[in-house]
Amino acid sequence: MSVEIWTYLMIGTTFSIYIYIGWRSRVKDTRGFYVAGQGVPAIANGAATAADWMSAASFISMAGLISFMGYDGSIYLIGWTGGYVLLALLLAPYLRKFGKYTVPDFVGDRYYSRTARIVAVIAAIFVSMTYVAGQMRGVGIVFSRFLGVDITTGVIVGMAIVACFAVMGGMKGITWTQVAQYGVLILAYMIPAVALAWMITGNPVPQLAFTFSDVTERLNGLHAELGFAAYTEPFVSRSKLDVLFTTVALMVGTAGLPHIIVRFYTVKDVRAARYSAGWALLFIALLYTTAPALAAFARYNLVSTLNGKSIAEVQSLDWAAKWEKTGLMLFEDKNGDGIVQFDNDRAKNEITVSPDIIVLSTPEVAKLAPWVIALVAAGGLAAALSTASGLLLVVASAISHDIFYRLIKPTASEQQQVLVGRIMVIVAILVAGYIGVNPPGFVAQVVAFAFGLAAASFFPVILLGIFDKRTNREGAIAGMSLGLLFTLAYIVGNKFMGMPAWCFGISSEGIGTVGAILNLVVTYGVSRITPPPPEHIQHLVDNLRNPAAAIAPASAH
Amino acid sequence: MDSPKRPAHWDASKRLVLILMLVWAFVSVGCSILFVEQLNQFKIGHLPLGFWFAQQGSIVIFVALIFIFARGMDRLDRKHK
Repeated sequence: MSVEIWTYLMIGTTFSIYIYIGWRSRVKDTRGFYVAGQGVPAIANGAATAADWMSAASFISMAGLISFMGYDGSIYLIGWTGGYVLLALLLAPYLRKFGKYTVPDFVGDRYYSRTARIVAVIAAIFVSMTYVAGQMRGVGIVFSRFLGVDITTGVIVGMAIVACFAVMGGMKGITWTQVAQYGVLILAYMIPAVALAWMITGNPVPQLAFTFSDVTERLNGLHAELGFAAYTEPFVSRSKLDVLFTTVALMVGTAGLPHIIVRFYTVKDVRAARYSAGWALLFIALLYTTAPALAAFARYNLVSTLNGKSIAEVQSLDWAAKWEKTGLMLFEDKNGDGIVQFDNDRAKNEITVSPDIIVLSTPEVAKLAPWVIALVAAGGLAAALSTASGLLLVVASAISHDIFYRLIKPTASEQQQVLVGRIMVIVAILVAGYIGVNPPGFVAQVVAFAFGLAAASFFPVILLGIFDKRTNREGAIAGMSLGLLFTLAYIVGNKFMGMPAWCFGISSEGIGTVGAILNLVVTYGVSRITPPPPEHIQHLVDNLRNPAAAIAPASAH
Repeated sequence: MDSPKRPAHWDASKRLVLILMLVWAFVSVGCSILFVEQLNQFKIGHLPLGFWFAQQGSIVIFVALIFIFARGMDRLDRKHK
């Protein structure tokens, strides 16, 4: 069977499974719709969190980026896993104890303030919408690359699938489809990686092959011959300070992302929240420790097979010819010596490779069967759809729960709330789809926004809300607003308006760390010079810290 | 609602969190970024040690830290029941 038929078959099967799960998880009440009835087992929530977390970018682009950045690519590896330690130790158990439905719920109740709730709603929507646009685009790109349909059709198919299980099943439907999606995406990632490790080193475990074979040493040797810095050399493309700040921004941002935090509301109790964070990171680590191995193997393979060959030789490789056609790989014999070469100097470099190819081309490079290529397509879609659905629910619940129910119509019945929730999911999907089809020019750059803003807005006020009883409304509002505005202004200024990176040369990816520190200091400082929070809030905090006490009392009203 | 032993539970859990966060910072910021050049003089398998921490070791240690935390809190919950 051809790759194309396999791909249709694989995508058709996985999509049918997702829809079936969505239909099986139909919900009628708000607790089911927003937090999956709070009965998700710890391991299942771990798998769902892992799928929620690992996006099209983790699946398709990350190994490629590392492959081109060498050591400096570690910012993604440490940043996007280290944040789970913060989340597990400092936030998740206490937020589960709080037991409400959204992140703005916590901010609004803990800081007894409509203003704080509204600031949190705005931040949650902004963070999630910037992030989801990229996912929808990712769905379209996978479709177009593997099946040749145009990107718009791909985006519309993706929207329809997410709509199916998110509207019917709310958080419950999303959770159980994410569990299935994790299974698909991890298989799709591991099979080619294992095959490539076996092919290049003779050791089938990518992590062990990476550490105990001499591939990376040989790669360093090849780099030296070509005049590149060694693959393992630190701080080539970023200064040490910038690597530090970017890593911390990604860690703190990870711990502050609303669609990840709400996953911990869905488990049975505080104990399950602690363990499910561990399971989540274990499931994520499986992919995240494989990615750098894949990156090094693929880089070694590319350089050693392509460099110094004649154009005819290169084009006789099936995969090279295929990817050259898509424009993601480019060979040009600039100096006319009949062979193509990598070169550190862009003007002389004759082989151009898009980072996205590294994962997508692995099955072909390792000469795997067509069904594996189809599985990689299904895996990319699973990664994009699982993340998109989690994000869309955050956007929908911020409007239907935090704005409509908590601020506009507190008397709404369960049925009305769920109905508004379903409508908002559809609206959010339409908006996300529109941005996916007509991406603003800066879509590739907005990931910096999502992490920077989550780091600078949510993490500090939630942290202090739990660990510092004295933190009050005035402090939280001042800190959150200032952190958000500073980070937003720096990123917009630096990325789009030619502002120099005046803050110690820290890039816009790393500025979230400064925003978070600013937020922390301002929240703490302002709280100390304004009246302490009322007594019932101090009781609420005591209650959060005590895993055995009865459920936290309701907010002031 | 608050049994008298509860502050002890909170203090003990704060201590546990503090210790684990120090390990976390040492591994993520220390071994993987700040001291990476010094550690790269040593090797684990065929990889420079600092590079290995940044791309493999730190991630494995993060996973272990969360499970150690969950286990430790289980013990504290039992002790201060």
